Amino acid sequence: MLIRLRFFASLREALGPEASLELPEGASVAQARDALIARGEPFAAALARGRAVRAALNQALCDEGAALKAGDELAFFPPVTGG
Amino acid sequence: MAQRVSIQTADFDLGAEVAALRAGDGGVGAVCSFIGTVRDRSDGSAVSAMELEHYPGMTEAAIEAMIDEAHRRFDIRAARVIHRVGPLNVGDQIVLVAVSSAHRGESFQACEFLMDYLKTQAPFWKKETTPEGARWVDARVADDAALARWGIQARNAG
Repeated sequence: MLIRLRFFASLREALGPEASLELPEGASVAQARDALIARGEPFAAALARGRAVRAALNQALCDEGAALKAGDELAFFPPVTGG
Repeated sequence: MAQRVSIQTADFDLGAEVAALRAGDGGVGAVCSFIGTVRDRSDGSAVSAMELEHYPGMTEAAIEAMIDEAHRRFDIRAARVIHRVGPLNVGDQIVLVAVSSAHRGESFQACEFLMDYLKTQAPFWKKETTPEGARWVDARVADDAALARWGIQARNAG
């Protein structure tokens, strides 16, 4: 299944604003992050485990355990700092 | 219903916004407002300018949901949130939260609740310009703690 990816702030600067990712049916957000890390640089450094990365699935904050389905919009970004 | 959430590059006028919030509602007895502005110092460095990025679509939906939650928790009449994006200078207004209620306690509380929620749950990111160069602002654990006072566990910074 194909997932649409979006990146914001420092992750957008490192990875570009958008990308796509092919994943097995039922994959989780954590598996999407791992698949990107496996692509190597610049994804491996930007999304490395231990770095503070937050995710939103279809424009709502989510945990990395959330399950993905075809056509979903998955965003990765650093902790938010508005207000 | 009057517009509750605006994400915009343009500045805003507190007086005009409060007037609109109160207009036609004789039940209002209190209005509380908060404005966040661009400071000239951050984490020990001089700040000369700032750029604010957001996640169009998600931002508006997230703040609308926050206002719904404020209405569930507090006996308020109406709420208005304006958040600016794009380039800003020192002293510029960044964010407005204004809440009306019958009595002061509810609008004071709802205004603080909305700001605490927004700081950790709305997708905005600040980039500061300093003499050492531009840098993304780090999230603060203290902001997660502020939201925890309302019984909501945020894991934004931590």
